[in-house]
Amino acid sequence: MQCPKCHAPMHTYNRNGVQIEQCSGCRGIFLDYGELEALTRLEAQWSQPAPPPPPAPQAYPQAAPPAPAWGAPHGGHHGDHGHYGHHRHKSFGHMLFSS
Amino acid sequence: MTADTATSADAPADPLISALTAQARTAVHGTPATCPCVSTPLAVRPDATVVRHAGAVAKAHAPDTDPAALALRVATATRLPDVLLPPLTPAPAPLRDPHGLLVTLWPYGAPVDRDDPDAAPWEAVATLLARLHRTPVPAGLPPMRGPAKAARALDRLHAALRATPHGPARPAARPVLAAWAALPAWATARAPMPGPAALCHGDLHLGQLVRHPAPDGPWRLIDVDDLGAGVPAWDLARPAAWYACGLLPPDEWTRFLTAYRSADGPAVPADGDPWPALDVPARALTVQTAALAITKALAAGRPLDEVEQALADACARMPSAPAPPGRRAPGIPD
Repeated sequence: MQCPKCHAPMHTYNRNGVQIEQCSGCRGIFLDYGELEALTRLEAQWSQPAPPPPPAPQAYPQAAPPAPAWGAPHGGHHGDHGHYGHHRHKSFGHMLFSS
Repeated sequence: MTADTATSADAPADPLISALTAQARTAVHGTPATCPCVSTPLAVRPDATVVRHAGAVAKAHAPDTDPAALALRVATATRLPDVLLPPLTPAPAPLRDPHGLLVTLWPYGAPVDRDDPDAAPWEAVATLLARLHRTPVPAGLPPMRGPAKAARALDRLHAALRATPHGPARPAARPVLAAWAALPAWATARAPMPGPAALCHGDLHLGQLVRHPAPDGPWRLIDVDDLGAGVPAWDLARPAAWYACGLLPPDEWTRFLTAYRSADGPAVPADGDPWPALDVPARALTVQTAALAITKALAAGRPLDEVEQALADACARMPSAPAPPGRRAPGIPD
């Protein structure tokens, strides 16, 4: 089968019993009739029996340092490292070096 | 001597940069002859132009700089070489070009790496601030300019709002203006700062630190333009504001605060909650930073990015957050 967009050959993959065609050129994906629904169904099954996520590891076992009431909800009240990982690089170079 | 990066490094024909380069070159070689050294503009901003030539840095100060005040500030840097980077020449000199700006000459120092948050010298900056704050204020030194700079940032925001009647960043301005209006008069430069006054840097951020001699000498504070007598908590308030707004992780804030207290810094009590002392300056610097961010976003016709939005959101929460007790010094007008 040829990709309808870039005309490169498409390869067939089997994902949990669903046939998926992926283009070797533009990496686009072609789904046959009913396959999207089948994937959605599988996704729902996959997420339902999953156990509840474990509590986030306590990055700061001691109480977080005091912060003002107008601070961000995460501003030291919870040691949420994910948030800082996300913001950290951007705010560091962007904000922490200018007047 | 500055850690600011160039904003227009590709302007070799600029007469101001050429004149500054000549002064830095003379400071290095003692003669205005040509040499193989590389000259680099380190900062080109309305309030300062800074050029490096080999081991020397020439800084042209803002056009409205008071010569006597700058001379006192530079003299303070000369007297405190363990805290402030000492200048190459003892006094500011007028630039030999039509601008008539004041120029100071400094040794080059290696800045903090903007791309490596883990290498930020939180302990060093805290210890330097504690030492600075424990130094008796030199006679005649004018007030620290932190509140005046915050007021200037709000002036710029007002001007940008007038110049840009539409723009995706406009809605963010209302809570920032409201938070500013709720600050005590001293924090907005409408009244003198409460005492007792300490020697303050006045514009602390991570661009105000260099290692001298480069690359691994001790850290020193640079940029004395805002140095003066005032509320020392102002110098802690940027890191405090970054922490409060979720931009600085709690462990880095704790390292900074702990090192400041270990060095007997007088801006906050030795233990317990530091926020009664930090609250007003940290609010002011959050408002100032948000105002400058909105000003930039208005000029660019863009919405705030997520970091800038975090600052504006903090301003929006301020009215409902009571100030901690003891925020006002007794007898100080609010």
